[in-house]
Amino acid sequence: MIPEVGHFALILALSLAICQGVLPLLGAYRNDVAMMAVARPAAVGQFVFVAISFICLAWSFLDSDFSVLYVANHSQLALPAIYKISAVWGAHEGSMLLWILLLAAWTVAVSRYSSALPDTFSSRVIGVLGLLSCGFLLFTLLTSNPFERLIPAPPDGADLNPLLQDPGLAIHPPILYAGYVGFAVAFAFAIAAMLSGNLDRAWARWTRPWTTWAWLFLTVGIALGSWWAYYELGWGGWWFWDPVENASFMPWLAGTALIHSLAVTEKRGLFKSWTLLLAISAFSLSLLGTFLVRSGILISVHSFATDPERGMFILGFLGLTIGGALALFAWRAPSLDSSAGFRALSRETFLLLNNVLLVIATTLILIGTLAPLVVEVIDGGKISVGPPWFEIALAIPLLPLVLLIGVGMHTAWRSQAFKPLVAQLKLPAIVAIAAGIIVPTFVYGRFGLLLVIGTTAGFWILLVSLIQPMRSWRRKPGTPAITRGALGMSVAHFGVGMFAIGVSIVSAFNVEADVSLRPGEQVSVGGYEFELRGLRNVDGPNYQAVEGEIEIRKNGEFVAKLRPQKRTYIIQKNPMTEAGILVSWNRDLFVALGDPLGNDAWSVRLQYKPMIRFIWLGAFVMAFGGIIAASDRRYRLYANAKRPLIKTSEAPA
Amino acid sequence: MLRYLSPLLFLAVLIIVFAKGLGPERNLNELPSPFLDKQAPKFDLPGLINPDEQISSSVYAGEVAIVNFWATWCGGCRQEHGFLMELSRKNEIPIYGIDWRDRRVEALNWLSQLGDPYRVSGFDADATTGIDWGVYGAPETFLIGKDGRLLHKHLGPLDRNTWETDFAPLIAAENGAQQ
Amino acid sequence: MSRLSAIALFLLVPWLAFGIDSGKAFDDPELQARYEAIIAEVRCVKCQNQTIKDSNALIANDLRREIRRLLAEGKSDVEVYAFLVERYGEFALYRPRMSGKTLVLWMAPGLFILLGGIFTARVVRGRMALPIDDDDIEVDEATG
Repeated sequence: MIPEVGHFALILALSLAICQGVLPLLGAYRNDVAMMAVARPAAVGQFVFVAISFICLAWSFLDSDFSVLYVANHSQLALPAIYKISAVWGAHEGSMLLWILLLAAWTVAVSRYSSALPDTFSSRVIGVLGLLSCGFLLFTLLTSNPFERLIPAPPDGADLNPLLQDPGLAIHPPILYAGYVGFAVAFAFAIAAMLSGNLDRAWARWTRPWTTWAWLFLTVGIALGSWWAYYELGWGGWWFWDPVENASFMPWLAGTALIHSLAVTEKRGLFKSWTLLLAISAFSLSLLGTFLVRSGILISVHSFATDPERGMFILGFLGLTIGGALALFAWRAPSLDSSAGFRALSRETFLLLNNVLLVIATTLILIGTLAPLVVEVIDGGKISVGPPWFEIALAIPLLPLVLLIGVGMHTAWRSQAFKPLVAQLKLPAIVAIAAGIIVPTFVYGRFGLLLVIGTTAGFWILLVSLIQPMRSWRRKPGTPAITRGALGMSVAHFGVGMFAIGVSIVSAFNVEADVSLRPGEQVSVGGYEFELRGLRNVDGPNYQAVEGEIEIRKNGEFVAKLRPQKRTYIIQKNPMTEAGILVSWNRDLFVALGDPLGNDAWSVRLQYKPMIRFIWLGAFVMAFGGIIAASDRRYRLYANAKRPLIKTSEAPA
Repeated sequence: MLRYLSPLLFLAVLIIVFAKGLGPERNLNELPSPFLDKQAPKFDLPGLINPDEQISSSVYAGEVAIVNFWATWCGGCRQEHGFLMELSRKNEIPIYGIDWRDRRVEALNWLSQLGDPYRVSGFDADATTGIDWGVYGAPETFLIGKDGRLLHKHLGPLDRNTWETDFAPLIAAENGAQQ
Repeated sequence: MSRLSAIALFLLVPWLAFGIDSGKAFDDPELQARYEAIIAEVRCVKCQNQTIKDSNALIANDLRREIRRLLAEGKSDVEVYAFLVERYGEFALYRPRMSGKTLVLWMAPGLFILLGGIFTARVVRGRMALPIDDDDIEVDEATG
């Protein structure tokens, strides 16, 4: 019964989405107040029914209702309850439902916090979001129905993929999708602007907080995915340039460019075409990601079960949505204009460079990811493009970018005098270069040019990000404090610095060793001694494991005990490794069991990973900076307004 | 105007590429052999049944032949065995087997229990020959032409359908051409 | 293929068991370093996107062994890669070798930077000619 309720709720949600999509847009075109007024209630209604549907699916999992095909394929009786819930989004059909739920949630948020916007504008935004919801709901109902039945129901299910039975993996999709889907709001704002022919500084101000929130969710989502892959997959890597990983990084880069481009449009009314195109691109890249993961078109460890029919549907939807947006762009963009100027040394120039470099990075990832597909389509040959290419290609735009961030942050709008800028940045630059040379050489024992540049760049951003907060902290009483916008920027950039240092250090000084150990034997790696004390069998709720006890010592002194496991899940039978990790702010010690080699010996992979935590901490700090910036007073003012209070300040440009 | 249309044009190109990529002819997991239409690799192995005997690819020089890599631990090999027996009974084309990454005792049991469709069988215990042929999973079946060229490689179990569609036409062409 | 069998096939794909050698392959640190660098760039052709360093699939183990043998015989890195490509195609290498097809790929970063630089210079030059004082910018300069 419950699955049928869930299914029916989804159908009702679709009908509401159709109303939400069509009527307000028509109403805005005709200036029909009644039609436009449908927007908010329809959005709320759609959300309610999608939520009901989602709850029904979750209920089916918790109830272990194996007469639902999706539940039978991704759960079992002995699965711990928390994973029964996360199994809802553990595969294609359920994760589509999660996507739809989050899109509906963002739409409700937009309806709630948009009273300050003119009715025609907010109707268009909610209308576009409604059309997007229609597309996804149709896709789910027609090709990926999570409520499909399996009669007769099996006595037990096929179990959730053991790799997904982990708390990290449980929260990674919801947060990641919140980011992907959040960019639909900026997309909708862009479409609304193009439909009305009006794109001005006020528009940019409205769009900024929504974009920042989506961006920070995506930042955290990607960081969680990377962190999870690191501790769960057993080989200690944190990024593989896998197509699905790339599919998340591209919208992030576009979103970052968008945030910065919006700043210029808000402040000076410049870069309007850029901002529009970036707003379209960020969500388009999210859609592209959905397509790549669910169509089976590329080989990836992340792909869902593949189905070209679904792929075709998504491709059609992609073509329609993005094509429509880009057609609008081609129509409206030529008339966007502004006559504001700026000097060569100015924040505008740096933000232009920022846009250019981020777009280059995004395009490089796109061509690297799609190259194997293009080559195959053209002449049938198969090539691989992996980390060796990506690392080199991406360093080329991103390393200069990181260095430029430090300067651009402190450059004034319109025109910046050269000498004061140099005076402000001279000291941090010197300290950064010194740190960049000293830390690798003396703390870790090696000097390499690329390594030094990377470390210097990291320290550089860390130091210069402190300048404005410090100045505010030590200001004379009576002078204004730093705004949240500026503080958020400083914090987010500080996070970038942490990230850069983490990446440089761990890439250069990571030590890995594959060894064979018998109980009682020890080996030395990265300055620590690892001894295999013994092995024992352990039973989990739905798995059996061999657990090793590894004692770690430094210079003979006890440091810690780790217990890596090699698990065999009872139903799916494939072996999985649970690494033992000793965490600290400045290094991880990573131990994973391989295979029994006979004679009591086991193969063990040991790793010493310095500064790796800074990679994810840096990302979280970036996101935190985003939260601070998005809560700036001027956004809260308009968010809490009860009626339209913004008049467009310029003539339609 | 063109610069504003270029994103749309870029999208159109991408969509075409994707549509082609979704086409049914495309098999993501099948790696085409780099030897296709070139000289097939050779092998020189101890025999499976008689370890003192040396079996080499020269045994089928000048004739159209099938080389089949198999193993007892491979489910697909079990699946295709019946069809291989059928082929060998018809005796239209010789089948040479290479037992890949396997144990001799089990392989001999397999052949005695299920039947031996192979004219001769080689024993590639450590998979070095498999690597020379670009094998990465069992079963893999290669069609060699009269001049030693590789005409076709099939990954996975062989069945009547695949035989009729992929192998038979090529064999007919080889036999016809060399009249 | 029906959805059910597609799912079943997916479930049968070997999981991400990572590859482990049971000890250093070479005593010579230089050979060991070359070995580790090479296996980090060779694709496990059967897996769903993994290097042979990180996979325990049969083919990954076999290829690692072959590479050890080739290096012990004194072959150069280029010869090792050529050996692999001869048997498995360009697909086996994660670093695309320079060829007609991949030229675009390797030239792209530099080319884009060049084009980006030219573009930026032109835009900035255009804007430098325009007046900068004719709008009401907020006093709060420091806001991002």
